[in-house]
Amino acid sequence: MNEKEIQLLQCIEQNGRLANDVLAKMIDVSEEEIIGMLNKFEDDRVILQYITLIDWGKVPIQETVTAMIDVKVTPKRGVGFDEIAEKIYRYPEVKSVYLMSGTYDLSVVVEGKTMTSIASFVSQKLSTLDSILSTTTHFILKRYKHDSIMYDQKEDDKRMVVTL
Amino acid sequence: MSKFLLSNTVTSIQPSGIRKFFDLASSMDNVISLGVGEPDFVTPWNVREASIYSLETGHTAYTSNAGLLELREEVSRYLNRKFQVTYQEDEIIITVGASQGIDIALRTILNPGDEVIVIDPCFVAYAPLVSLAGGIPVHFSTSGKDEFKLNIEALANTITPKTKAILLCNPNNPTGTLLEKELLEQLADLVKKHNLLVISDEIYAELVYDEEYTSFANIDGMRDHTILISGFSKTFAMTGWRLGIVAAPTEIISHMLKVHQYAIMCAPTMSQHAAVEALRNGEADVQAMRRSYMQRRNFLVKSFQEIGLPCHMPGGAFYVFPSIENTGLSSEEFAQELLIKERVAVVPGNVFGECGEGYIRCSYATSLEKLIEASKRIQRFIQTIPMVEPVGRI
Repeated sequence: MNEKEIQLLQCIEQNGRLANDVLAKMIDVSEEEIIGMLNKFEDDRVILQYITLIDWGKVPIQETVTAMIDVKVTPKRGVGFDEIAEKIYRYPEVKSVYLMSGTYDLSVVVEGKTMTSIASFVSQKLSTLDSILSTTTHFILKRYKHDSIMYDQKEDDKRMVVTL
Repeated sequence: MSKFLLSNTVTSIQPSGIRKFFDLASSMDNVISLGVGEPDFVTPWNVREASIYSLETGHTAYTSNAGLLELREEVSRYLNRKFQVTYQEDEIIITVGASQGIDIALRTILNPGDEVIVIDPCFVAYAPLVSLAGGIPVHFSTSGKDEFKLNIEALANTITPKTKAILLCNPNNPTGTLLEKELLEQLADLVKKHNLLVISDEIYAELVYDEEYTSFANIDGMRDHTILISGFSKTFAMTGWRLGIVAAPTEIISHMLKVHQYAIMCAPTMSQHAAVEALRNGEADVQAMRRSYMQRRNFLVKSFQEIGLPCHMPGGAFYVFPSIENTGLSSEEFAQELLIKERVAVVPGNVFGECGEGYIRCSYATSLEKLIEASKRIQRFIQTIPMVEPVGRI
C-alpha cells in the first residue's frame, strides 16, 4: 500500500463524508484516482463500512443501554477461542467482541433497550453457551469519549481573528 | 504629553497596518478567518500536563538566565536530531518567543547606523526591531514571479560597507517559500565574502512538506556567521507559552545573554517545564499536525488555482500567498471587500512589504471544513468581480 492510499484512509477515517474532489486536492491525485482507490478498498474489505458517530444521549426516544461483559471461557483444542467468539458475535445484540490479554478472555459489548433485556441476554444466552466459565457485566453510565471524539467538546477557537 | 518626551525612533515607527482590519473583522459574526498566524491545534495534553505538574510541585522560581539546563540539553539534542547542527547547552538561550530572540540578536550585533537587510515580504516585526536596535533596515524585494525565492545576484547589490547582517526567514512567513540548500549555499558565499551575520529565523522549519529541510547553520562554514532562531510556537502549537530558542557560537551568545538577562531575566518557568516534555515526547503529535497541514495546503492551493487566483505551492509554514492581481483590486481592497461581502478574513500582502502588493496571505491553520467553506465563499466573491486577465493562469 502506498503513502497516498494510507493518507486517503486516514482522511476518511476521520471524516467519512469528505467529497471526492476535496480528497483529490488534499492528497494531490485526480478525482478518478480517488474513486479507483475507494472502490478497491471496498472490494478488498479494507473499508468495511461508512458509519456515523451519533450521541444517542441527545435523542431521548432512542435511549439505549450498553454493557461491557468480561467473559472467561475454556478454549478448545484446534480452534482456540475462535469458535466460542463466533458463537457470541453472531447474536445481533452483540456490538463487538475482542480477545483480551489479562484476567479474562473475551470482552463483549452488548447493546439493548433496557437493563432487563441485557440481563436476560447474559443469563439466558451468553452464560449458557458451552465453555463459558464466568461473566462480569459492567453497564456504561456515561460516554465521555469514543473513537477519539469527545462528546461534550464544543468547537471553540480561542485565537484572535487576525494575527501576523 | 508633548512628543519631545518620547524617543524619535519609537515615534517614527508605524503601528501594524492591520489594526483597522482586525477591528472590522472582530466586529462581525460568521467570519471564517484565514488571517491567523498560529496553529489551530491546542497544545498537546501531555505538554500542558507537564506544566501543570511543575506548578503543583512548586517550580515557580526564576530559572537560570539562559533557561533550565535540562531544557537546553534537550534543545541541543533536538537541534542536532532535526537540523544536524551542533550547539552546546551554553550556546543556547531560551527566550520569550522567537521575536525576543531576534530582538536580543539585533541589539547584540548592531552599532548605530549599521544596516540589516530584511527580505520582503517578511514578518512585520523585522524592520521595526532593527530600527529599535539602532540599525537601519534595508528592504530587499523578492518577486512572486519566481515564487519569492532569493535572487542572490540582486541581493549582492544591496550590500554596502555598512551592512552588518541579513535577516532570513525560512520557510517564509507570509509566502510559505522554502529556500533549498543550493540557494543557501550561494547565500553563504555572499556572507563569507562580505563577512556578514545571518539571523536565521527558522521558526517554521518543522513545517516543511515536500523535501528535506536545510538549516542555514548547517551550510559549510556558516555556523560562525549564524544566529539561529527557533522555538516551540509553531511546531508544538505553543504560541501562548511564549518560548523561543536562540543558538549561536559562544562569542556571540555570551553577549546576547547579557541583553537577555538585564531585559527579562529568564523565560517563564512553567513554560520551560512544558517545553522539556514537548521535546521529549512530542514527535508523534508534530508528525500528525504536519500531515494535516500538508493536506490542507494541497487543498487550498488547488482551490485557489481552480478559482483563478494564481498560487504557487509553498514548501513550508502554514500560509499560501495567492496573487489577486487579475482582479484589478489592491490587496487591501480585496481583503476588505472579501471580508464585507463574504465574511472571509485574509491578510493583505502589502502589510508584509511593498512587493507583497497584489497578493493576500491565507493561513491554512484552520479546520478543513472551514477551508472548504472559505474557498466556496472566495469563489463566489471572485465571480462578482470583472477580472482584468483571464482566470485560470498560473
